[in-house]
Amino acid sequence: MVSEAKAKLKVEDVELRFGGVTALDDVSVDVKEGEILAIIGPNGAGKTCIINSITGYYRPQRGKIYYDGRQLIGQSTHKIIKLGISRTYQNIELFTGLTALENLMASRHPFFKSSVVSGAIYFGRAHREEIENRHIVEDIIDFLEIEAWRKKVVGALPYGLRKRVELGRALALEPNLLLLDEPMAGMNLEEKEDMARFILDVFEGQARKYPDTPILRDGVKTIMLIEHDMGVVMDIADRIMVLDFGHKIAEGTPKEIKANPEVVRAYLGEEA
Amino acid sequence: MSLPCGTYNRSYARDMAIIRTRAQWGMAIAGIALLCCFPRFIPLAWLNVLNFTMITMIAVFGLSILTGYTGQINIGQSAFMGVGAYTSAVLATNFGLPFWVALPCAGIMAGVTGLIFGAPSLKVKGLYLALATLAAQFILHWVFMHWPYLGGHEGVSAPYPSIAGISLKTTGSYFYLLLGLTLLMGIFAKNIVRTRLGRAFIAIRDNDKAAEGMGINVYNYKLLAFFIGCFYAGIAGSLLAHYTGFANYDFYTLDDSVWMLGMLIVGGLGGIMGAVYGTLFIKLIEQAFLINAPRMGLSTVQGATLGTVLLGIVIVIFIIFEPRGLQHRWELFKASYRLWPFSY
Repeated sequence: MVSEAKAKLKVEDVELRFGGVTALDDVSVDVKEGEILAIIGPNGAGKTCIINSITGYYRPQRGKIYYDGRQLIGQSTHKIIKLGISRTYQNIELFTGLTALENLMASRHPFFKSSVVSGAIYFGRAHREEIENRHIVEDIIDFLEIEAWRKKVVGALPYGLRKRVELGRALALEPNLLLLDEPMAGMNLEEKEDMARFILDVFEGQARKYPDTPILRDGVKTIMLIEHDMGVVMDIADRIMVLDFGHKIAEGTPKEIKANPEVVRAYLGEEA
Repeated sequence: MSLPCGTYNRSYARDMAIIRTRAQWGMAIAGIALLCCFPRFIPLAWLNVLNFTMITMIAVFGLSILTGYTGQINIGQSAFMGVGAYTSAVLATNFGLPFWVALPCAGIMAGVTGLIFGAPSLKVKGLYLALATLAAQFILHWVFMHWPYLGGHEGVSAPYPSIAGISLKTTGSYFYLLLGLTLLMGIFAKNIVRTRLGRAFIAIRDNDKAAEGMGINVYNYKLLAFFIGCFYAGIAGSLLAHYTGFANYDFYTLDDSVWMLGMLIVGGLGGIMGAVYGTLFIKLIEQAFLINAPRMGLSTVQGATLGTVLLGIVIVIFIIFEPRGLQHRWELFKASYRLWPFSY
């Protein structure tokens, strides 16, 4: 199936320590182009640490992380983001004082070319760029069905919507690799279904509906997803990696993972 | 924000415009025309007050960008004004450069000084950075006082600017210069904060971790905010020096810096119009006490003190009851009168 495709992201023998605590111990995983890889594991297993290491928030002591053949460890976050990686955060990290629309526009930042001076005069290029980017952002807003809240300050939005705005903000960066850190945490069933639909729609691409917006037309072909809800993970992930106390204990298709005794032990505890 | 009744935006350009309807254009033009008539019917003492207010306003625009939008507290804005004032005075007096050259140089010099004192913002945040800018206030003030080149107690004299041979000596003529520049600087500030730069600044203020994760180079943009904020201070300082005729450290004290923060808070952090309302409000109350002190049977000093005490109380009241400032009040009022008498 996807095993032939080349790896978009290669994590090799990554070790991350905080003082005496080893958060990640020799973790290796590939994310291939055209797949959704899910990372599961109990709380504190090191799932978010992987995403933070990829995006440069943490510096692993050992190991390598390659994205399209380029080493990421040691680069600063804003440079890594410009390579085409974007992420959401476990505990929503929106720009609370901005509206939903402005949050998405803020995230278009790397696509603006106009200078400070032309921005101040707001003439010609600066004005044109605002409108061009607005078109793309409005398509994303339309896709995520948050039109009604586009001019509401996000600090005042309910939790489920904020999560959606955060997904939109990640999409506005037009990533080739999307890292989703618990996009469905704390949601009710309907919200989870909505979110799962958005993730799958993004993954598949929506060429028919949004022919002019590349990110929605072509979709994001490589997604890494951290999630606790097993039902969702088993349904939408192509492959699953299981972490426990910083160790990788299993990797495989949902079917294989379900049958893996190690995984069952990590989740349900050892038999007495 | 709600639009006037029956107004719809049919294009993104229109949705983003500041002035949307014909009526608004009309009001804006009428307002500017009215301001242009001020020198004709406003008493000289009050015109003088307005001039000082506009100069302060320009500095508060800068502070609004740096502190209100980017969230970097600056307790040294008036010292950066001083840098601009001395730079402009020295360039004009000692080097004989015309005002129009000295003015931008003053802004750039103040901006570069701001970069130096903003450099710690990579490592320190919030109150700690505020202390670094407090240090800027004291260091710069000390330099103004003790560097012999800057004339000590006398300061450096600054000639009146002239346009096309007309010297702007009178309060009335300087009013027009200030009106034009304040409008221009205000429009620039508004444009900066509503485009990519402003969004990056707010992103840094609200969540610097996520800002980095949206491809914004947080440190560079913090420095840029310092440059722009202090550039505004430098321009204001230069205008003050050429208005009063000299650059003197007495005008650039910690008091003034703190007052500017007060104006920003009263007007509303995170809004360019907030800077306008806040500066007008505080300056006019302050001066009302000063000018009317004799009429109330007080000496000028007593009037000034009473004014300061009352302003202190006003600021406390604002922080408790309307932390979002006059701007927010005004927006609420606008939203309601646009819909009146309907509820939505």
